Amino acid sequence: MQSSLPENLIKIENNLKSLTRTRSIYSFLSIAALIAVIYSGLIVAETGNATSIWVGLPKFFDYPIDLFVGSWEYGYRWNLLLLEYLPDLISTINMALFSTAMGTLLAFFLSIFSSRNLIKSKTTVLIFRRIMDICRSFPELVIALVLLYLLGKSALPAVIAIIIHTAGALGKLFSEAIENVDKNPIEGLESCGASWFTRIRFGVVTQALPLFLTYTILRFEINIRASTILGFVGAGGIGEQLYTNIQWKYEADTIAIMFLLVSTIIALDYLSSYWRKSLIGLKS
Amino acid sequence: MNRSEIIENYSDIVVTKFSSKMWSTFLVLGIIVYLIIAILSLDILQIHKKWSPERASLFALDTYAHKDHVTMKWSEPDDIIISFEGSRWSQYVGPYQKSDGLPARYPEWTSIGSEGETKISFKNGGFANLYDDKVTIENWPDTQETLVFRLDAQGKPYVENVDNLPKWIRVTENKIEVRPSLYERVQVYSKKVEVHRYSLGWNYFWFDFDSPLEPYGIWNAISLSFSGDRIDPNISNFSLLIQEFLNNDMWHHGQILWALLETIFMALLGTLLAALLGFPLAFFAAYNVTPFKFVRTILRRLFDTLRGIDFLIWSLIFLRAFGPGPFTGIFAIAITDTGTLGKLMSEAIENTEEKQQEGVESTGANKTLQHRFGIIPQILPIFISQTLYYLESNTRGAVIIGAMGAGGIGLQLLGAINTGTSWEKVMYMSLLILGVVIFMDTMSAKVRRALIGDETLGAELQLAKMAKK
Repeated sequence: MQSSLPENLIKIENNLKSLTRTRSIYSFLSIAALIAVIYSGLIVAETGNATSIWVGLPKFFDYPIDLFVGSWEYGYRWNLLLLEYLPDLISTINMALFSTAMGTLLAFFLSIFSSRNLIKSKTTVLIFRRIMDICRSFPELVIALVLLYLLGKSALPAVIAIIIHTAGALGKLFSEAIENVDKNPIEGLESCGASWFTRIRFGVVTQALPLFLTYTILRFEINIRASTILGFVGAGGIGEQLYTNIQWKYEADTIAIMFLLVSTIIALDYLSSYWRKSLIGLKS
Repeated sequence: MNRSEIIENYSDIVVTKFSSKMWSTFLVLGIIVYLIIAILSLDILQIHKKWSPERASLFALDTYAHKDHVTMKWSEPDDIIISFEGSRWSQYVGPYQKSDGLPARYPEWTSIGSEGETKISFKNGGFANLYDDKVTIENWPDTQETLVFRLDAQGKPYVENVDNLPKWIRVTENKIEVRPSLYERVQVYSKKVEVHRYSLGWNYFWFDFDSPLEPYGIWNAISLSFSGDRIDPNISNFSLLIQEFLNNDMWHHGQILWALLETIFMALLGTLLAALLGFPLAFFAAYNVTPFKFVRTILRRLFDTLRGIDFLIWSLIFLRAFGPGPFTGIFAIAITDTGTLGKLMSEAIENTEEKQQEGVESTGANKTLQHRFGIIPQILPIFISQTLYYLESNTRGAVIIGAMGAGGIGLQLLGAINTGTSWEKVMYMSLLILGVVIFMDTMSAKVRRALIGDETLGAELQLAKMAKK
């Protein structure tokens, strides 16, 4: 049967076979590499961890069960705790909102100076990009910890840290959005003698504003999480309350705070995805 | 053409209605009012009261410079201690008798003067001389005179020639502080004299104070490790080099690099696990693969819950189960990102083109093969690029989880900051973290660009763009 096939078909057949073989060798190698990474990672984790995974896994539900039992014993007044911690939640949201607003403002200026279609000087663009890279790469926590040490415990260090990080992260996205705008409106404005500021105001901002807003809303959601975490290390707000209550083993309070946090985050998640979709015109 | 004519001629595009013209003004006003309230409530105006530039510049100096201490007690002027960073464990010169001659390890900036005094030379050309009964500073900038500090009858320090004291000398009741610049400092107390001499750089970074390789320096040590006689007869020079570097008592390289490795593995394994869990689950949550609405709804809500309970709370729960260590971080990241990746991927699967699947179906392939060759090739690039995107942001996240108690470089950093003395180590670890994050960032951006090409759009917008198609 094989011999009856024309020669070129046999060639194709052989070629296909060898290709399939190479392919399966490649996928085998990548799977092997993946397994090696996971295995060595587990070894690193196993040596570094206080409790072995096999001891820890069965205990996974201990803490959640403790929490629920504790708040069950607390009784019907539990829902009043939600009210008690509401001001802390609001102060955390306030921190996030203020730093998002300030960070966005900073990011806007940074992004203008790091967009190649607005700034002719290559060095300026490069310098501003590096500034943004560094702002973005430092985790907020590192900046916040250093500032907390220098300024003492208050919301201020956290706000500064989040502003710095937001400026870097949003600045990069903003400048990409600016570089992607249609050139024609800018050229049109230039042709009728518009100044640099007018060109940016009517040529760039009008085009990039939906994207700017989308990114900002997304960032606000991230910043709420960040300001909660920074509360843990002493910036106040609901994060600090959560930390203290966990330390004191007040299960009912812990659950109440977790409930507030999770419902805020989920609500914001839905709200922001709704806003974002309506901004980029997905919602019909 | 004047204003009224324009309004008349272009009434369809010129806005004259007050409310539609003013809403943006009110919006801006509202934002300004909020900002003022926020600035007041967050105490931003108080920043100048809390910020002490002196303290901050001292800490900043500590991140890139090191200091040597010279201490002399008035009661035992013979026992001069010269040490690195004032540590008891790294003394160039311990308490010694001058009559015994110079000890072996005398720093080159110290010498013994003609009257037996210890001379300390500074970078600004000045000297501080420690005599048995007085301390003098000579040849310092802004002053021609040699200033002499002594103890009076009550045992309080005073300056002998007081008439024109430079501004950088502060005399209080129990202490005289001489600090012309950040780099030199002489403190005269009633009990002792302490001289700090700063120099740039991270000293003993490669090998610690007591290391046998310290006198060689890093480059000589490296060349010695390939040729030359054994320094320690028991092990080869190369092993000695590695061992001495990792066991550096001042910088704790071994500990820090291990912690960094833990953090990287936390991010890597967490993301990998999330990808391995989220990818299959995404198929069950997509309507064009799973016909059962019940299963889809449950999975969707599961994804939302996993994502909504922040990784902070997950890490707290896992911390109780596994104790401090990488597992906590791995599972916290894995669980949160299973939700995120699952949601994103199920949306991507729903937005794939049907034609390719139909094509595979027309060859008589069953459902599994249809999904394998009709859907997976379409979403694989997005899946990989999304995973890489999350890998990068999880590297930052792993540092944070580490500081919450999961260990790794985050915890080391928290410890170094809270001691408040080893700012050079804080700097070192920050630079390590920065390097790893930038490396991950560039790598994942490169791979993503190669896979998708449209790097400029953020994660969710890429999906939105696909959905529009």
